[in-house]
Amino acid sequence: MKQFLEGADAIARTVALCRPGVISAYPITPQTHIVENLADLIAQGKLQCQFVNVESEHSAASCVLGASAAGVRAYTSTSSQGLLLMAEVLFNIAGIRLPVVLCCVNRAVSAPINIWNDQQDIMAVRDAGMVQLFAESVQESCDLHLQAFKIGEDPDIMLPVVVNIDGFTLSHGFEAVEFPEQSAVDVFLPAYRAPYKLDVNNPMTLGPLCGPEYYLEQRYAIQETLNREVMAKVQKVADEFTAAFGRKAFGLLEEYRMEDAETVLLSFGSLCGTLKEAADALRAKGRKVGVVRLVTYRPFPKEALVRALAKAKDVLVFEKCISLGADGPVYTEVTSALYGAGAKVAVNGYVCGLGGRDVALDEILAAVDARERVSAKFMNVKQENLGSFI
Amino acid sequence: MIDEKILFAPGHTACAGCGQSLAARLVIDASGKNTIVGNNTGCLEVFSTGYPYSSWRVPFIHSLFENTGAVMSGVEAALRHLGAKEGINLIAQAGDGGFGDIGLQAFSGLWERGQDILTICYDNEAYMNTGIQRSGLTPIGSRTTTTPVGPNAAAGNVRSSLSFKKNLVDIALAHRCVYVATASVHVPLDLQRRVKEAHKMKGPKFLHILCPCPLGWQSDVSLTAEIGRLAVETGIWPLVEYKNGELVNVKKFKELKPVEEYLKLQRRYNHLFQGEAGAQALEAWRAVVQENVKRFGLLEPTAQA
Amino acid sequence: MFAKMHVKPAASLSNKTGSWRSGKRPQYLHKNCTGCRACFLICPEGCISGSKKSYDTDLDYCKGCGLCVAVCPVHDIEMVAEKR
Repeated sequence: MKQFLEGADAIARTVALCRPGVISAYPITPQTHIVENLADLIAQGKLQCQFVNVESEHSAASCVLGASAAGVRAYTSTSSQGLLLMAEVLFNIAGIRLPVVLCCVNRAVSAPINIWNDQQDIMAVRDAGMVQLFAESVQESCDLHLQAFKIGEDPDIMLPVVVNIDGFTLSHGFEAVEFPEQSAVDVFLPAYRAPYKLDVNNPMTLGPLCGPEYYLEQRYAIQETLNREVMAKVQKVADEFTAAFGRKAFGLLEEYRMEDAETVLLSFGSLCGTLKEAADALRAKGRKVGVVRLVTYRPFPKEALVRALAKAKDVLVFEKCISLGADGPVYTEVTSALYGAGAKVAVNGYVCGLGGRDVALDEILAAVDARERVSAKFMNVKQENLGSFI
Repeated sequence: MIDEKILFAPGHTACAGCGQSLAARLVIDASGKNTIVGNNTGCLEVFSTGYPYSSWRVPFIHSLFENTGAVMSGVEAALRHLGAKEGINLIAQAGDGGFGDIGLQAFSGLWERGQDILTICYDNEAYMNTGIQRSGLTPIGSRTTTTPVGPNAAAGNVRSSLSFKKNLVDIALAHRCVYVATASVHVPLDLQRRVKEAHKMKGPKFLHILCPCPLGWQSDVSLTAEIGRLAVETGIWPLVEYKNGELVNVKKFKELKPVEEYLKLQRRYNHLFQGEAGAQALEAWRAVVQENVKRFGLLEPTAQA
Repeated sequence: MFAKMHVKPAASLSNKTGSWRSGKRPQYLHKNCTGCRACFLICPEGCISGSKKSYDTDLDYCKGCGLCVAVCPVHDIEMVAEKR
């Protein structure tokens, strides 16, 4: 039965269905409603879980690391500065090979301080070894949480998983959401059984010093796990989800009107809603336009992407992030995947929506019509805002 | 030939005569095998868990430099969720830098939340693992690589003489830790007694252990116990014990030895024995002792005539 | 895929730090021992063992710091020269 509610509320109820044992978080807009709702569910006796109020995001991530190391399902949520502050801990969780699910409510990074949506925050930690998923809707935000726990806790994977949702758009937007029954969730996501943990009956040392003779294989193992086990598991779990709950889960990426598309609009997150509208508008005029939406960003689904773009003539990548001094990360990785596969397709890269700047349908259509060759073109730059510092 | 009951096995790469390895062994043996240890980055973690070796016979986790307070908070919460906390001792430990500087926030949070964990500071009075740099617990006037001795030292190094060294005991008391105590490695059984007392109490506990470091303090490796003894017997390192905020135990003396006896065994204090500046510095040390005498009543009352 | 990282308890016993000694080692005289166990307690390596009034150090691990010699109240341990 569908309920009409705020995104953060929906996510909290979904996380509760996943039966975490420890939640630890620190307030930061626009994530906070998620953990407030979870705290309330615990206080009302609707969720049996320990909620640890910590002094910073660095400690929140460390707390869930400890809980996971002790063999308990753990969850946290953050945005922007909080994500950057917990960055070293995220690398650490992946390096020690522990599952944790984290919701990153994507928000711009300071300075200047800005609380609105873009994806610069998560891009700063894309190298951390976490599995990274992106939701387009509130419903998918919930669905990806259910899948995230299952992926991370696979004993052949044992890695943290971050579910990215657009700040305000998905965290505070209201949507009609379908919730599964607890009994169905318990079947899809059984209790976490740690293959290794801190246990006085079976003592072991976690987090040793690894010299040059041993360290390289640690990174190799994570790389191989992401590129092989996770790449396969994400699709497998998506298929299992679809079968269990009757709602399509996309796994690595979604293809929208791609059957004969010559021009492809590519992005991730809620922006894809606008891209799909653009594709519809252009199709109505007889143009062969489709959309590829990345659902999984790490591991980067190179093969699936190259296959999806096999018949494309040109690709327009839109992203709400930029690697300052270079191109947008998504553009860079898309072109790299295509070049590596010998694909001959023109790719344009657009940077839009930073700091919550609205991205209008007309702007997307104008970009398609521009037929330019650009790599990190900032859309909608207002000249009147530029000038000297003072 | 190594006793299997010893929970901190030899074969670790601590310096010969290391006060911290001694303290670590005494602590875990007093805590027993139903103990989980979390450790910040520092000497102890580096020399006791270099892959593929580990000295620990209990579950042990090292994460980062500053977060063991939060990591062990998560372990405690996990055990409580599982209903498995009873009978398990939890220890969150760090060096002076890892505890009092970079890690203080996480320990503060742990204490404030009242979690049932014994937190321990192994204080060798500098960042020794990275090569003897000054920490917030380096006593003022100590030579380290970032507080070298020189004519412009006082003017150039940003540190006032307002505080002898950051006072973790007072900070722990302000957080209302249920058990707060100092300890010294020269009296191993007394150190172990304090560990056991701490574990008996429910709530956040703090133990501050002075760990002489032959490398950083530039002292003879065989004098680690002697230097610890002199730290206590000169009044520089009072042995105190607080339960529920009340001072319940102080090691008292009929008289205190002069601070020079403690300082002269450590070449990091050579400059205190030279010139006018050195003499002034020694006065400052004596003033610290007097403060301790007054605050804790270190001197036994003289018998009535 | 995993790379081996979890360390078994007391794996450090494979690392024989006795090789660190340079020219001296403790020698137990077994003459005046009172069984106070000060040596056993003070060893930073934890490589002294024994019972009642007979103790000795495990030379596989002893680093030769001399703390046992320094704390023995009856001087029943001496540092002696050692040829390697």
